[in-house]
Amino acid sequence: MARIIVITSGKGGVGKTTTSAALSMGLAQRGKRTVVIDFDVGLRNLDLIMGCERRVVYDFVNVINKEANLNQALIRDKRCDHLYVLPASQTRDKDALTKEGVERVLNELTQNHDFIICDSPAGIEHGATMAMYFADDAIVVTNPEVSSVRDSDRMLGILSSRSRRAENSEEPIREYLLLTRYDPYRVLSGEMLSVDDVQEILSLNLLGVIPESKAVLSASNAGVPVILDRESDAGRAYNDMVSRYLGEDVPHRFLNPEKKGFLSRLFRG
Amino acid sequence: MGLLDYFISSRSKGTANVAKERLQILVAHDRAARDRPSYLPQLQEEILAVIRKYVDVDLSSVSVNYEQEDSHEVLELNIILPDTLQNQA
Repeated sequence: MARIIVITSGKGGVGKTTTSAALSMGLAQRGKRTVVIDFDVGLRNLDLIMGCERRVVYDFVNVINKEANLNQALIRDKRCDHLYVLPASQTRDKDALTKEGVERVLNELTQNHDFIICDSPAGIEHGATMAMYFADDAIVVTNPEVSSVRDSDRMLGILSSRSRRAENSEEPIREYLLLTRYDPYRVLSGEMLSVDDVQEILSLNLLGVIPESKAVLSASNAGVPVILDRESDAGRAYNDMVSRYLGEDVPHRFLNPEKKGFLSRLFRG
Repeated sequence: MGLLDYFISSRSKGTANVAKERLQILVAHDRAARDRPSYLPQLQEEILAVIRKYVDVDLSSVSVNYEQEDSHEVLELNIILPDTLQNQA
C-alpha cells in the first residue's frame, strides 16, 4: 500500500511543482518506490521541471480513458530507478479527471509503490479537488505573504471536508506546512511574515522552510529537481524536508541570515 | 549609532506586523463562516417567517448562532421581541 501525498496551496506560483519534484526525487533517492502525478490537466509543467518533457507519449487522461495502460504512460526517471512520472494531458479539459478514473489509477499504482505524490493545480476547481480527494497526507505550500496564507487556510478547510477520509469519517488527512520563498533578511527587517507568524495563523505541523534561492530557477531551467543541487540552500532545505517527512528529527536551517556580509567580516577580522 | 538607527528605523517601517494582524482577523472570520452548516441562512429566514405570523419583527431582531465544541454543537437562536408586546401584556 502506497501513501498518497497531495502537494497543494490554493494560490498559484508558490512552488507546488518545485516541491512535488523535490519530494518525489528525495523519496526515490532514499530507496522508496515513488510516482509523481501531474494533476494540472491542460497546463502540464511537472514534466518540464523533472526534465522528461520529450519522453511524454501517453498521459494521465489516456490511462483514465483506457487508451493506454499505466506502464505505457509512466516515465522512468533517468537519474533515479525508483522514480516514475505520470504527466498530465496538455489538450483535454479538467473534467477528464473522473473520480472513478483517478481512483482506479491510484489503486493500480498503490500495488507496487511506496509513495504517490499528487501535484495539484492552483485554485479550488475540479483538478485541485481530485488531487486531494484520495490523499493520506497533505503538504500545504505557502509563501510568507498575505494572499498565499489566506488561500492555504482555505485549502485546509476543503481538505477537512471534501476528501475521501472526511467523507468516510476516517482518520483525517495529516496536514503539513511547507514555507517557501522565505527571505530571512526581509523577515529580520520586519518586511516579511516570519515562520512563527505563519505558524501562529495556520497552526500546522512545520515540515520545512525553503529559502528564496536562485538555485530554484537554475534548476527549472535545466529540468533538474532542485533537491539534486546539494550545493544550494534550497536543495539542502528540501533534503531536510524529505528526512523530516520520513520521521527524522532534523533542525530547521536557513531561518536566519547567513553571517557573510560586511558585519561578520568586520568581526572576524 | 548609524547602524543602530538603521535597524530601529527598518523595524518600525516593517509591514509584516500589519500583514499578520490583518491575516489573523481574516482567517478567524473565514473559519467561523466555514464551520457553519450551509442551511443556516435559510433556517433563519423560515424562523423569521413563522415569528412574523404572530409578532412584527424584522430580520435584524433574529440571530442564529452556531458554535462547535469538542463533543457537541450549539445552535443558539436569539429573538428580540419589540417593546410594544410588553406594553400590550
